[in-house]
Amino acid sequence: MSSNEEAEGRPLVSYRTLDIAVTFFFLIVCAIVTVDSVRLGIAWKPNEGPMPGLFPFYMVLAMGIASLFNLWRALPQSEEGSETAVTSVGLGRMAAIFVPAVIFVLATNYIGIYVSATIYIGAFMIFFGKFPIWKAAAVSLGIAIVNFMMFEVWFLVPLPKGPLEAALGY
Amino acid sequence: MEELNALFGGFAVALSAYHILLMVIGITLGVIIGVLPGLGGANGVAILLPLTFTMPPTSAIILLTSIYWGALFGGAITSILFNIPGEPWSVATTFDGHPMAQNGKADEALVGAFTSSFIGAIFAVALITFLAPVVAKFALKFGPAEFFAVQFLTFASFIGMGRGSAMKTVASMCLGFALASVGLDNVTGTLRMTFGQDELLNGFKFLVAVIGLFGIGEILSSMEDGLKFNGATAKLRMDAVIRTWKQLPRMWMTFIRSCIVGCWMGITPGGATPASFMGYGIAKRLSKRGDNFGKGELEGVVAPETAAHAAGTAALLPMLTLGIPGSPTAAVLLGGLLIWGLQPGPLLFVEQKDFVWGLIASMYLGNVVGLIMVLTCVPLFAAILRVPFSIIAPAIVFVCAIGAYTVNNAMFDVWMMLVFGIMGYLFNKLRYPLPPLVLALVLGDQAESSFRQAMLVSQGNVGIFWSNWLCGGIMTLGVVMAFWPALQALRNKFAGNGAVARAA
Repeated sequence: MSSNEEAEGRPLVSYRTLDIAVTFFFLIVCAIVTVDSVRLGIAWKPNEGPMPGLFPFYMVLAMGIASLFNLWRALPQSEEGSETAVTSVGLGRMAAIFVPAVIFVLATNYIGIYVSATIYIGAFMIFFGKFPIWKAAAVSLGIAIVNFMMFEVWFLVPLPKGPLEAALGY
Repeated sequence: MEELNALFGGFAVALSAYHILLMVIGITLGVIIGVLPGLGGANGVAILLPLTFTMPPTSAIILLTSIYWGALFGGAITSILFNIPGEPWSVATTFDGHPMAQNGKADEALVGAFTSSFIGAIFAVALITFLAPVVAKFALKFGPAEFFAVQFLTFASFIGMGRGSAMKTVASMCLGFALASVGLDNVTGTLRMTFGQDELLNGFKFLVAVIGLFGIGEILSSMEDGLKFNGATAKLRMDAVIRTWKQLPRMWMTFIRSCIVGCWMGITPGGATPASFMGYGIAKRLSKRGDNFGKGELEGVVAPETAAHAAGTAALLPMLTLGIPGSPTAAVLLGGLLIWGLQPGPLLFVEQKDFVWGLIASMYLGNVVGLIMVLTCVPLFAAILRVPFSIIAPAIVFVCAIGAYTVNNAMFDVWMMLVFGIMGYLFNKLRYPLPPLVLALVLGDQAESSFRQAMLVSQGNVGIFWSNWLCGGIMTLGVVMAFWPALQALRNKFAGNGAVARAA
């Protein structure tokens, strides 16, 4: 990446915003666990000891206090906090691997992991890596076949399979 | 000398052609994992764990620990040649390693790094050989209160010795505990935090978390940075080995210091990464040539590498003797032991002698095999980086998905892996430490049940943790560790106020 701003992309999110968002995530988890802990009981039960909710309750209590502290630290505007954490180019590149990954996992349910991985790797090579189609096809098929041999044939670890494998007798 | 006899018995187990072959395979895989960004020791081992289910436990652990050694070696290659740390613990190696490569001394830096890694590891294995049986014998007398005390100290050390924000460490660790409590409560049998979702019955599997947090998270970070490899080429001639080895003896003090720092950080779960920084920092401060550090000084490569390997190896000591892993990778190995039907902890040394000593012997052999392999095959391994990232990235996602799926044969886990991946990326970016989260997820159930058992014994009296000197000592040390950052902050504040008052 060259250092000029155009190549790095527009700044999207600052460290401060990201920090605050993550503390909120912690606080939400804290709230969810607290609700269920209280339902399970956080007191001492004679002859049975601490009730099931006690330990998680105090754990998320500590987490909640720590997160409030982190929030308090993240809130004031600071030079460090206003630095850019994510740029549009960076986010775009991450999306380029992550969004297809979601589709790959979704497709695994229907066509099996090997076929969907072949398409995933091949497509990524063509669109992101700018490889010629024949190269992408060869590499992605190769990776899928090696994994197929390793898991299904040599080590007998069954992975999700689809209609193609069924047609081949697996 | 009982240990030595047992160790020789172990060598007899480990020194079979099949096991040597497993070591070679393991180290090759490990170095590849270490060299590739996005595949680390912890998730590399996690992904390959299912392949070992059908093997005998001794062979399986030899394969997996060899992968671990390989990953420890491999991280240094990319740091020196490409200024890209393949592993977090090799960040400190880039400080002097890459400048050396730019000065045309890549071969010396690599030989120095590998040799010092080897020395650090052997030092730690020797420590394990003689200390582990003692600790295990001692730990046989442990009750729930003592176990909770040790676990408490483990987690408190993260707070006390962590770099960066202590509160972020607490938050990350407690999130791990909260995730660990999801599912069936193994004391009373009630369901917790499942909210009627069947998928959550089994709870969150830490292997899935490891693969997501470290694997997918790392891939996202690497993609964001837009990886480009342009580094020095490595030509390793045998005279470089001799040339470097001649320089090493005068750094004996650095070796000793780094070994000690590393072993300490490995046993108390500081881990290899802080150990490498501490090793580098101490060497820089105390070395005669400290001023040259950062400009390409061999000693600056030796110090962090020795410490990182000593720590990485020493992390297996508490894992074997107490069932408390000192690092995320050790945690994954612990998960493996449980799956093979071996209960880690002091009883392992009594009931599974062959296994334990076979493993310890394989640590010696694995490191020797590893050193020979990396010294001879560096150019080959460096060539891996010439494979374009647009092939590596999706292939790693694919392999991670396989790893996550095989943990429980459930697609739900693959989805969770993606969620953990985003978490891993964000936590990394905002400097929330990941090892405490992973360790809390692994040890959460154990820590909770030892706490509850201890409470039952004492009928709710917290005083049980101070009922004898051993338990009380560990607990007190733990409390000091837990509040160390707070104490330090207070001290700084008072010191700061004093200075201001004087200035005014």
